[in-house]
This record gives sequence, structure tokens and C-alpha cells, in this order.
Amino acid sequence: MEEPRKQLPAFTLKDLGAKERSFPSRRHALLCFVKEDCPTCRLTMPLIEAAYRAFGPELDVWAIGQDAEGNAKLAASNHLDAPMLDDSALSVSFAYGIEIVPTIVLAGPDGAELRRFEGFDRADWQGLFAELARISGLAAPKVDWESYPAQRPGCGSKSVEPGVAERLEAAARGERLTARRIEIGAQDEFEFMFERGLTDGLPVVPPTPERVARMLTGTRRDPREIVAVLPPNLAPASVEKLAANAVMAGCRPEYFPVVLAAIEALATPEFNIHGVMATTWGATPVIIVNGPIRRRLGMSMGMMALGYGNRPNATIGRAVKLALRNIGGARPGDIERSTFGAIGKFTTCFAEWEERSPWEPLHVERGFGRDESVVTVFGLEAGSRQIADQHSRTAHALCASLALGLEACWHPKQHLSGEVLLVVSPEHADTIARDKWSKARVRERIQQASARPLRELLPDQECGEGIPLKALGLENPTAEQLAHRVPKFRKPEDINIIVAGGEAGKFSAIFAGWVSGPIGSISVSRRIEEVP
Amino acid sequence: MQIVDPTDERVPIRRSLAKRPGAPAGSIALLDISKPRGDVLMNRLEERLKERFPGVEIRRYRKPTFARPAPEDLRRRIAEENGFVIEALAD
Repeated sequence: MEEPRKQLPAFTLKDLGAKERSFPSRRHALLCFVKEDCPTCRLTMPLIEAAYRAFGPELDVWAIGQDAEGNAKLAASNHLDAPMLDDSALSVSFAYGIEIVPTIVLAGPDGAELRRFEGFDRADWQGLFAELARISGLAAPKVDWESYPAQRPGCGSKSVEPGVAERLEAAARGERLTARRIEIGAQDEFEFMFERGLTDGLPVVPPTPERVARMLTGTRRDPREIVAVLPPNLAPASVEKLAANAVMAGCRPEYFPVVLAAIEALATPEFNIHGVMATTWGATPVIIVNGPIRRRLGMSMGMMALGYGNRPNATIGRAVKLALRNIGGARPGDIERSTFGAIGKFTTCFAEWEERSPWEPLHVERGFGRDESVVTVFGLEAGSRQIADQHSRTAHALCASLALGLEACWHPKQHLSGEVLLVVSPEHADTIARDKWSKARVRERIQQASARPLRELLPDQECGEGIPLKALGLENPTAEQLAHRVPKFRKPEDINIIVAGGEAGKFSAIFAGWVSGPIGSISVSRRIEEVP
Repeated sequence: MQIVDPTDERVPIRRSLAKRPGAPAGSIALLDISKPRGDVLMNRLEERLKERFPGVEIRRYRKPTFARPAPEDLRRRIAEENGFVIEALAD
């Protein structure tokens, strides 16, 4: 049965005399993809030339060469009269899905594919010549077929060489970019990015159209799709604009889905990114990654997880911040108004070491499947602090230490606080796991060990900070009310617990909260699109 | 070399300041952003304004939380009901 006829992509290429040749041309066309450093191509060249001489008056016979220098060599050594078209940009080879050279494609006058074969097979060529004779009404050329081998495998097309295929794919996507282009001219491109106010104070990778197009290979989403509306300017953030910022941050395309999911999460009303960025407190989106994508990207979750030196950790968080700056308009000194700021405002992103945890990972607690990749954003202080406990050998004792450390968040006398992130190190996790404590029990112990009698938390002459009685609706508290123990956190679930960090070190880390809950920021999780 | 513009591409709208009146008239909005002791500052402001401009009406408003932008309907109400607004932080 005849296969349905495939329509071939149109193209225009120049021959060696710089004359443009366009396909389809309303004649039958024999398109012969070759490269000079392939012996099978060299073997085939006399047959291409013979086809041209015999059938040229009635149909197009074109050699399509894959490198400019080699094309000229092939033409000269074979005394070629057949046009040799220059596809050194490989765009036509890519569009035609050429994997092997030589590939011979016969097309009808309407551009439909009639026949295609790869490598060298004497019978293929004999059949082809018979068909061309029938189509053209001209005599087939005389060929000494016995001088040709029966078969010879071809070589790999240049368009599928490592790195090249990726570039071609990117270029094809680049045609769909719609953002404004800025000409840098002869200026130093890195200085240009600084002068335009596009960086976070460190150099950024210039987002050339090719790099942005390559970033877009990391997602299936349309470059024009609006992912979120970013405050404070309430600017639409398209996939393409986010890709430009991901390039600047140093992301690889496979990190891009995490950036997209993080942006979606922080642009929700409950997360309130406007407040997180604008506050005089040094808050930032703290980004936690869970699920299989952590390992696929090589994210840091062990030693130095909260530190530096790992590309996905560093660049995903940075891409999010650059997008907030460049698209949303949140710039330091402008709408971003933190009194001190913190180094974590450059980037704060790491993965949970799920395999090292005695508990369910964060995303599973939040209702996702263990095999789903999920990003969670928290509006927290832009930097972690550490709690040392090298002596406790029971969960009961250790969790009291964690509680005392957590009590310092915001201010020790500020109780009834909201969300906080506790990063338990493997050694501390082992101590707790030996006693088989669940996360709920850890939270309960932290609440118990950090609770203080109300009287100790009231603002007074010794220390003016604390919980004002008015805020509790208690104008004249009773002795019993003053003795009531007030927990550090409004509810146990506000203590988010994950495991990360190096194998050695009896320390845990905390990210203190900001204004939490409906009046401030609520953490948000989003599934990450997996692109195989 | 060309780059893809990583910004939102919008040109900021330049607005000139409204003409300054010699003295307040009509009503003045006092917007408390709900930071601690914002009411202390606002009460004092209201007292002083009433002393100096007895004919002017003072209207009090309050953001539900200082940690979020003022809700759209609150902003609209303030603009509709007043000729002036004073927004105050505290702590």
C-alpha cells in the first residue's frame, strides 16, 4: 500500500554562484543531502552529476552540501555542473529530518515527498533512475553499475552532531519570539546589562535570541503564554520574558520548568509577593524543590545545600528574583525597601533530601505524589540561621533545643507567630528517628518547649517588645491569664519541617518567618511540568 | 549583538502633580495602614487638623493589613469621598 505523501518544507538556498534556488519550483526535484568528509557521499557524487546531465532539462537535480568549504571541494573534485546548494547553516537538513548522509529525496512538483533513501544502495539508484526516466521522458544515463558496491552505509548528518541539533531546534523556536530586541552594538555586552539596570549587582548572561530560544526548549509552553502577573507593576510575565531572565541568571533549559512553577506559586494572592518584596523586614521567596526533578537537575540537598556552589540551586532562585526585578519592577531602593536586605535576596533555593529523611517529604505532606516534582515557595527571612545541639541524645531533649532556637525568630518575646521553616540536618534527624517521633510529635514538643507564661511576653520597661495586652483583647488580665503559657507559633502546622544538609554536623537551620497567614504571606506549592 | 528585552517593555507614564491648593477644603482622608500605634499618630493628626481647619471634615480609613497593598475598593472609596489623603506609618 502506498504511504500518504508527505509535504516537504519549502526553502531557498544559494548555489556556489550565489544564485538563489527555491523549492518547490513546480518541477520534480531530486534533493541530494551530502557532506564532503563522508566517503559514501563522495562515492555518490558522480551519480548525482549523471542524474543532472540526463534529467536536468526536465527536473531539478540539486546537491545540498552541509559545509561551505567542503561543498566547493566536492564540486571541484567531481567537476560538478549540478547546482551545489549551501546548507552550511543546516536549517534545511534539520527541517528535513536528515540523520544520515547521503540522503536522497525525490519530490513532486507540488513539493510532496515521493521517495527517500539513505546511504548507498545500488538497487535504490537503479530504481531511482528508472523512475526519473519515466517522469521526465528522457533516457536514463549509462552507468557502469559494476564499478559501484552493492551497498555502503552513510555517515551521520552534521545536523545531528552533538550541540548542533540543540542549536537548530533553538533557532527554529527563535522564529516564534515576539519580545522587543535591543541592539547592543560594539559596546561590551556585560557592561551594557549593568548600565541598563538589568542585573542584581552581579554579571548576567546576555539573553541573546539564540540563548532565549534554547531556554524555551526546556518547556512545552508557548513563548507568548502569560504565566503570571507580577507586582508591583502588575506586569504580565510571558514564558519568553521569563526565559530571558532565566538565561541571565545562568539557568540551563532543564531548570526552566522549576522557574515557571515557582513564579506561578509566588504570583498567587495568598503568597503576596508584593508584600514579601516591599517589606522593610528582609524577606524573600525561599524556594524548596521536591520530587524526582531534584536528582535529574543535580540539585544540592546535602552538604552546603543552603550555601553556594551548585548551579541549579543558585540560578533557579536567581532567575526568579531577576524576573521580579525586570518584569515586575521590584528594585532595591524603589519598591523593594528592606532595611538591611540579606545575601539570600540574591537567591534562596535548595532541595529536600527526601531519601535521608525519616518522614514524608514536604510535597507529600501537602498532598502531592512522591513521584511528582513540586516547588514550594515560602515568604521568609532572606537567610538561614543555625541551631547547634551536639549533646542531646533523645528526640525530647533535641526538640527543646530546636524550640529555643526557633523562639529567637523575629523576637523572643514575639509569640503566636506564623510560618517558619526548620531544616533538620541528617544527624539531628537520626537522633529524632531513633525515638520514632513523627513530625507531629516534633511540632508538639517545639510548641511545648517554647511556650512562655504570658506575663513574660508583655512589653515592659525592661524590654519594650512583646505581645501588647490590647492585641489579645485583655485589658485587665487575671493572674490565671498571665500564667497561661503562650506557644511560639499560632498553630503547630506553621512549623514546616524538611531534611537537608551534610552528613556531619549536629546542627539544624531555620528560616524565620515574615508576617504570616492571610494578613501576610502563605506558602504555596505547585507541580513542576516534567519535560522528558 | 542583540538581546531579547527581559523587561515588561512598558514605558512609565509621566504624571504631573495635581495643583496644590492654598488650604484644605472638603474632606481629608486619614489612612491608617494598621501598623502598631498607627492610631496614636492618626488621633493626634486629626486633633491638630481640626484645630487648624475647623470647617474641614476628617474621615478615617484603615487597611486590613500593612503587609498587603490597600484593597481596590478601599482606594476607590478614599478617592471618591475625599479631596486629600494622609497615609501614615507608625511603630
